[in-house]
Amino acid sequence: MSAAWLARKLATVVALAWLVATIVFLALHMVPGDPAELLLSTGGVSPDPASVAELREKLGLDRPILVQYAAFLGGLLRGDLGTSLVDDYPVLSEIALRLPRTLELIAAGTAIAILVGVPAGVYAALDRGGRFDRVASGVTALLLAVPVFVVGTLLVLLFAQTLRIMPAGGFVAFSQDPAQHLKLLTLPAIAIAKGLAAVLFRMTRAAMLDALANDYVRTARAKGLSPNRVIFVHVLRNALNPVVTVLGLHMGTLLGGTVLVEYVFNWPGMSTPLLRAVEGRDYPMVVGIVLTISVLFLLINLLVEMIHAWLDPRVAHS
Amino acid sequence: MKRLWLPGGFVALIVLAALCAPLFPLPDPIRQDVANRLAGPMAGSWLGRDEFGRDVFSRLVWGARTSLGVAFASALVAGIIGVTLGLIGGWGKGAAAFLSVRSMDVVLCFPPILLALLVVTLLGPGAATLILVLSVLYLPGFARVTHAEVLSVKGRDYVEAARALGARPSYLLLRTVLPNIAGPILVQLSLAVAAAVVLESGLSFLGLGVVPPAPSWGLMIRGARATMEQAPLLLVWPCAALTLTILAMNLLCDGLRDALDPRTAGR
Repeated sequence: MSAAWLARKLATVVALAWLVATIVFLALHMVPGDPAELLLSTGGVSPDPASVAELREKLGLDRPILVQYAAFLGGLLRGDLGTSLVDDYPVLSEIALRLPRTLELIAAGTAIAILVGVPAGVYAALDRGGRFDRVASGVTALLLAVPVFVVGTLLVLLFAQTLRIMPAGGFVAFSQDPAQHLKLLTLPAIAIAKGLAAVLFRMTRAAMLDALANDYVRTARAKGLSPNRVIFVHVLRNALNPVVTVLGLHMGTLLGGTVLVEYVFNWPGMSTPLLRAVEGRDYPMVVGIVLTISVLFLLINLLVEMIHAWLDPRVAHS
Repeated sequence: MKRLWLPGGFVALIVLAALCAPLFPLPDPIRQDVANRLAGPMAGSWLGRDEFGRDVFSRLVWGARTSLGVAFASALVAGIIGVTLGLIGGWGKGAAAFLSVRSMDVVLCFPPILLALLVVTLLGPGAATLILVLSVLYLPGFARVTHAEVLSVKGRDYVEAARALGARPSYLLLRTVLPNIAGPILVQLSLAVAAAVVLESGLSFLGLGVVPPAPSWGLMIRGARATMEQAPLLLVWPCAALTLTILAMNLLCDGLRDALDPRTAGR
């Protein structure tokens, strides 16, 4: 992974982040009619003109569009995402409070998915056509079909409502009660992990089967290496490349799924203020959170590409 | 082809039920009957009543109509616009052709549900907003697939032959190229419908999709969550309907892809 490669990738991320910010900015201006009036209208009742004028001023809609755009980008560069329309609270403070909790959930979900999906995929490939392979492939098809909020809701129904062995949801800070914190994290993390685990299983299995058919595997076996060494050193390392690619591709779904899972389990991450803001038409708050998660999405993809380049040096040279 | 029958039949059954919902002698899906709140199965209500005393079976059938209606409408809109852009991008030259496909990729910078929430903030929830958002989300897929297929097909002999016979570009694109790339586009369409059902139910579950009291599977799950303790089965029915529908659609997509892809068709 050369410095030039990394610099080029970083430049792409910056350019895409700018593009995302521009689109979010334009979205408000692309809707037909007066956006301020639109945000204030509820169910066909015309809003009162004084409050429309006030909102126009607050959103800066009374200024020329280029001035607004410059102010918006300038604010972003200074880390200023504006204030909520509902309670004047700075959007950035809200995000700073909640982003770590969302990241924790994503990290836990990804970890579970990798720990379950990859070994299961390796085992299924080695057991091709066997009982485990067939059962796991069936379960995967089912997991890919169940929407993430259905899994979450059914987990609550089964473990919290029926068996009563897990809490239905909520949040306790790790510093306050580590055991309870982890217990509350378990079910939402499993719900988030389910789709990624299924995708990783499929990809690992297919990539393992591909890699197993290579000549170097025959060579490695022929020179008397132990089966474990052949599988873990020679096959798995080469099979992991496509798996990492899929991990990156699936991140968008994972981030979207987090919004739903946090809602199901009352996990106070980014989705609580986001959903409240969408319902209350609190535009600056929605923009701030959508931008943050989209940039996060770009950064995670960059990280995935870096892992990819590290696993397969050819990537950085092409 | 054998793998297409079971999922295909199931999807056809659901589509048929959704289309014919008004023809069945079902109770009104939005009529409330508070006396029979959360009632179990009874005469005329096989699956019981929900938290407002509305017939659950009727809401499941009408919910299929909402979910599939939104999903098919948005997939069709995305398909028509996306295929047009892909045809222009693949056939034409220069900046316009390049932009017609690549500009779509901007949509892919956003996690889908977040783009949807942004638009819902601006336009307010409802079926029309859903169709708009979902069709924007699935545009890039259609544009990309069509673009790639046109590029691979446009140099073929039969296209050259048609051109040599004096066919105009519009005839070439619509009558020569399009039928030959219909397979992958059809697969893309089935993928978009399945994905749209998932996203629609998710947004409705959050209370930001279909507006109550209209029946929708996502809304039913949202409602049943509150009464999980008294009536857990109310939660199970819409979850099962949604999951089975998506499962059948996914299997149908896989089957279609295998059947239409010449590399795997013989297997």
